[in-house]
Order: sequence, then structure tokens, then C-alpha cells
Amino acid sequence: MKRVIFGSSWLPYAFLAPQILIVIIFFYLPAAEAVRASFYLENPFGGGSTFVGIDNYKDVLTDDNYVRVAKFTFWFSLLVTFFSLAIALLLAVKADTVLRGAKSYRILLMWVYAIAPPVAGLIGVLMFDQHVGPITDVAALFGYKMQIGVNYNDTAAAMIIISIWKQVPVNFIFFLSGLQSIPKAVREAAQIDCRSSWRRFWTVTFPMLAPTGFFLLIINITYALFDTFAVIDVVMKNEPGSNPMTLVYKVYLDGFRGSDLGGSSAQSVILMALVLLLTIFQFRMIERRVHYT
Amino acid sequence: MASVTIDHVTKEYSTSGRPAVSDVSLAIAEGEFIVLVGPSGCGKSTLLRMVAGLEKITDGEVRIGDRRVNEVDPADRDIAMVFQNYALYPHMTVRKNMGYGLKNRRLPKAEIEKRVAEAASILQLDEYLDRRPRELSGGQRQRVAMGRAIVREPACFLFDEPLSNLDAKLRVEMRGEIKQLQRRLGTTSIYVTHDQLEAMTLADRLVVLNKGEVEQIGAPLDVYRSPASTFVASFIGSPAMSLLNAASDGSALRIGDVVVASGAGLAAGPVTLGVRAEDFILAPTSGGFAMQVSYVEELGAGRLVHGAVQGQMLTLSISADHPMTDELIIAIDPARLHLFDASSGKRITPRRETAEA
Ligand SMILES: Nc1ncnc2c1ncn2[C@@H]1O[C@H](COP(=O)(O)OP(=O)(O)O)[C@@H](O)[C@H]1O
Ligand SMILES: [Mg+2]
Repeated sequence: MKRVIFGSSWLPYAFLAPQILIVIIFFYLPAAEAVRASFYLENPFGGGSTFVGIDNYKDVLTDDNYVRVAKFTFWFSLLVTFFSLAIALLLAVKADTVLRGAKSYRILLMWVYAIAPPVAGLIGVLMFDQHVGPITDVAALFGYKMQIGVNYNDTAAAMIIISIWKQVPVNFIFFLSGLQSIPKAVREAAQIDCRSSWRRFWTVTFPMLAPTGFFLLIINITYALFDTFAVIDVVMKNEPGSNPMTLVYKVYLDGFRGSDLGGSSAQSVILMALVLLLTIFQFRMIERRVHYT
Repeated sequence: MASVTIDHVTKEYSTSGRPAVSDVSLAIAEGEFIVLVGPSGCGKSTLLRMVAGLEKITDGEVRIGDRRVNEVDPADRDIAMVFQNYALYPHMTVRKNMGYGLKNRRLPKAEIEKRVAEAASILQLDEYLDRRPRELSGGQRQRVAMGRAIVREPACFLFDEPLSNLDAKLRVEMRGEIKQLQRRLGTTSIYVTHDQLEAMTLADRLVVLNKGEVEQIGAPLDVYRSPASTFVASFIGSPAMSLLNAASDGSALRIGDVVVASGAGLAAGPVTLGVRAEDFILAPTSGGFAMQVSYVEELGAGRLVHGAVQGQMLTLSISADHPMTDELIIAIDPARLHLFDASSGKRITPRRETAEA
């Protein structure tokens, strides 16, 4: 990295100030507030709060409902991460064989995928619509009446499928550029060394994609845990009832709908710890990771 | 080991443009070291890659041994290729890089280990077997790429400018090693380079390519001594052969109004005269002409003098002891001049009844 020497000592801080301010206002302050609130019992009707120590944490961790949501979150994240990566990889490999050399076509395709995710989310939700959704119609053809937002399993399936559907384009772009950055000569050397293209994929292409894959793994776990909030919210249609939900959604539900600020804060602190662990894991792996040159 | 036959092979990337390789035929004997040489873009790599199976053959046939391989998968052609940027597998150790092709061919583990160990000791890579490519220098990577080819014990080695990413000193060193290795293994080899010196030193036979067509095939010295065209004359040899516009009147060969050689046996008319730098005679007893010196390159062992005769540039090499003046009187060794058709550039072999006095 290039070092720039500044003549005055305050100038670098001046340049950094906006960024630091944003991080403080939107991240550190709320985080600190959450940690503080997690040790208090807030009076929902105003009028102060009482210090209760780790009672909020105890309540959360012994709550059957919380454990149930945690379990769902685990399976939800596992399935969403696995399938959105697997499907994207499959599509990227297919696209890559077509796109070798055809640069303009590649850029065109990437553009489409870059715009896709928000639109894809919307389309995904529409697909499961009770009245006009084609997936609901297909299920009806087989004599199954899908009841999104009412039936637990139907709702869970819809949440998982829409979340996968929405994330595939993002993964696709990364995988495709990862594939395209594998030097042509290395592929050709492998072509001479190994007849079977299936074997070639698993012994050369896939390992060379590992850095991209690992990066995407972390991104996808984070996505499944946190960024699927909107999908879950839409599918649930404001009727939490006995519907499946993820931990993040429960934080929102308990805090803003249930007005249990203490419990909700404790839950978000637990999630923060999870993110911290994930980040530490990621940095450890990056340190050990092979840097291909 | 096997012979390789390239039979009227053509490659067209698009049906509209000029073919990248046009009707090339070449019979390579068992154990022969063939070098494809020519300027960048002349189709050397394309030709090599068609032998490897990495590029489809538009027209013609490639045979390895007696087997037509046009439709054969690259992995089944029994060839090994060394690429310009080594193309090593970055996630595999040196050992795995070398053994990968053998493993896929289901050779017994012991045999793979034996071959890798042998190749490593030939290439002085023993200490590096458990390193990854990124932990090696350019020269070492180059050796690993060679090792990967050697362990396969293929019918034919294919090299695509394997030394062009190395620095000058290492390049000369590796050049020697490749030559010795090929002698020792006796494997048929096709080697692509744009460096004429590399081509001259390595080849049993040179194939000079120009715009996808063969200009000349021959042993390095034969090509050097009797280039088939002005293209070959100016491409092979350093410094490049001086090419001068001359005219014959049937008895004398003139540059401008200076007689430079006998024109006996030549049809009257314009002709291109080619002379190698070492084939000029300095201060001849008779028949000399004047050359204006424009600049001198000192090479230590000798010097290269660049100058002009009648406004046409030429280069000669002289001993470093020779006193330098602004004007040199020179003549051309009549046995060693080359004549080319002024319009087609093809070599003319004049009937030389009398040597110049
Ligand atoms: N994949 C390709 N598509 C279209 N044209 C190509 C391709 N590869 C090479 N060419 C063209 O074919 C000609 C010969 O290329 P190449 O064999 O790589 O030359 P060299 O190796 O002698 O430098 C060049 O004009 C090049 O532009
Ligand atoms: Mg080339």
C-alpha cells in the first residue's frame, strides 16, 4: 500500500471525520445503547427502567419460543446459504463456458444480474401470491392448497425459496468473475492433463475458486441471518402468529411490537456476538488462505 | 516418442479474414527438435495448439505416429505442453503439479512417485517438491512446468515460448538445459519462439513462418547461409542482413552508379542484394567502393559499423583493432552475396561462371 505523508497532523483526521461520524452515530452509539438496555427492564409506558443484571439473557435463553426460532434460523441459514451458492455456481459454470472470449456479452449479462436482486425479491414474493402466484397455482394443480402466512411449512418453504432466489444473482456475479479470472493456460494445461471435465472441475477449477467461495460463504451466512428481514416481513404479512421467523425478525418483533426493549436488546447483543465470532473466523481463514499469484 | 506429421493444415478463426495458419505441411521425424519461428502474430502458437488439440483444425490433418489426431481429445494425444506463463496449478505443491497428469491416467502411486523423483532430480527441484508455485522463482516455476511435461513421458513435447518470461541471463541458461534435456530424452519436440537466436541455437530444423505461411524449412545454418526470401534474410541472424536495392545490366551489379559486384548470369533489371555483416571485405586490393559511416556499435569482441552506400543503409562487422574513419572502402565477398527477386523477395540463385576478380 502507498503511504502518503501529510504536512499537517489534523488534515488526515479531517478527511476521516465524516466516515468516523457515521460509524459512531449509526453503529457504536446504538450498539452501546443495546448493551446497556439489555441489563435493564424498561417500563413500556415510560417512566424509567430498573437494573436487572443478566435476567434478560436468562429469560431469552430459557424461552422455548426463542430456542424454536433459533433452530429455525439455523436451518434457514444453512439451506439458504447452501442452495444460493450451489445454484449460482452451477449457473456461473454454464455461463462461463458460453462466455469465454465473448466479452461484450459478458458485460451485458453481468449488468442484468447486478440490477436483479431487489427486483428478484419482489418477483419471488409475487410468485407465491395467494391469488396470482404461479407457484401457488402449480401446487393447486397437484391438489395442494398452499397457505402462505397460515401454514407453518408452506410459509417456511416460501421464505427459504424467495431468499435463495434473491441471493443467487449476487453469488452468480462473483462466481462468474472468479471463473473468468482463472488463466486460460491453466485450464488448457488441465485439459491436457485430465480427460474428464467433471474431474477437472473438482480438482482444478473448484479449488481455484476457493477464495471466492469462502468470501461468498461468509457473505451468504450474513445475508441469511440479517438481510432476509424484508423477505420474511413480506411473506409473513404482519401476522407473526405461529409463523416461522429468524432471530433478527424476533428482535424487531419483541422490541417494537412487544415493547420488551430489555429482552430485545439482549437478543441483539447475542446476535452481535455471533457476528463477532463469524468475523474472527473469517479473518483467521483469510490469514491462512492461499493467495494465488 | 513418435513422428509428427502436419499435412496441409489451415486454421481460419473467421471465414472472412486471412487464415491464421495457411496450408502448412511439415514432417517431423522421431526425436527431432523443430523450432517454429517468426514475428508475433504469424501463427506459431495457433499451429502448435492445433497439434495439442487446444484449437480445432479447419482443414488438413495432424498425425502423431500413424494416428490421425484431428478429433482426438488433448488428453489422449500423448503430448505434453509447456506454456509461456508456466500454467502451474497454484493450489497444488510442486509434487502434485507434476503428478497430476499421471494420477488422472491412473498410474500406480509408486510409479508416479518414482517418475516425479526422477524429474525433480534432473531439474534440481528436489528441495522444492512440497512448495507451492507462488513460493518459487520464475526460473524454478519454469523447471516445474518442464518437469510436468517430462514425467508424462509423452510422444511429443510442445513448447510455446517457454523462456520469454525469464530475464536474459536465465533465458540463456535454460535454453542450454532444454537442449541437453531433449538430447538426453530423445523426445520429439516442437518449440515456438519469436527469438531468432533461441531458434538458431535449439533447432535441429527451423520452420520460419510469416503471416501464417511457411517461408522456409531447414537446418539453422542452411537457413542462415541461404535464406529463401528477404523476409527470412532479415529475420534470421543478428545483426540483420543488409538488403540493398541494386540493378543488374547483365555484366555488373550496381547500387546507384557504383559497381558492387559482377552481374554475370543475371537478367538485366532491378534486384535485391543481401549481404551479411561479416561478409564484407575491408580495404580490398581492387573493386572497392566507399561507405559513409554513420555510427558504430562497440561489442567488445568486434564492432558493428552502420553506414550508407549511395544513401542505402548497411551494416558490417569489423575487428575492434581496425582504425575507424568517416569513410571505409569496402567490397563484397562475391561467393557470399545473396540475390533476391526485387518484387517477390524470393531468392535467386545466379549462375556464377566467373568469380569477381
Ligand atoms: N482465438 C482467436 N480468435 C481469433 N483470432 C485469433 C485467435 N487466436 C489467434 N488469433 C489470430 O491468429 C493470428 C496468429 O496468432 P498466434 O498463433 O497467436 O500468433 P503467434 O503465436 O505467432 O504470435 C493472429 O493474427 C491472431 O490475431
Ligand atoms: Mg504466440
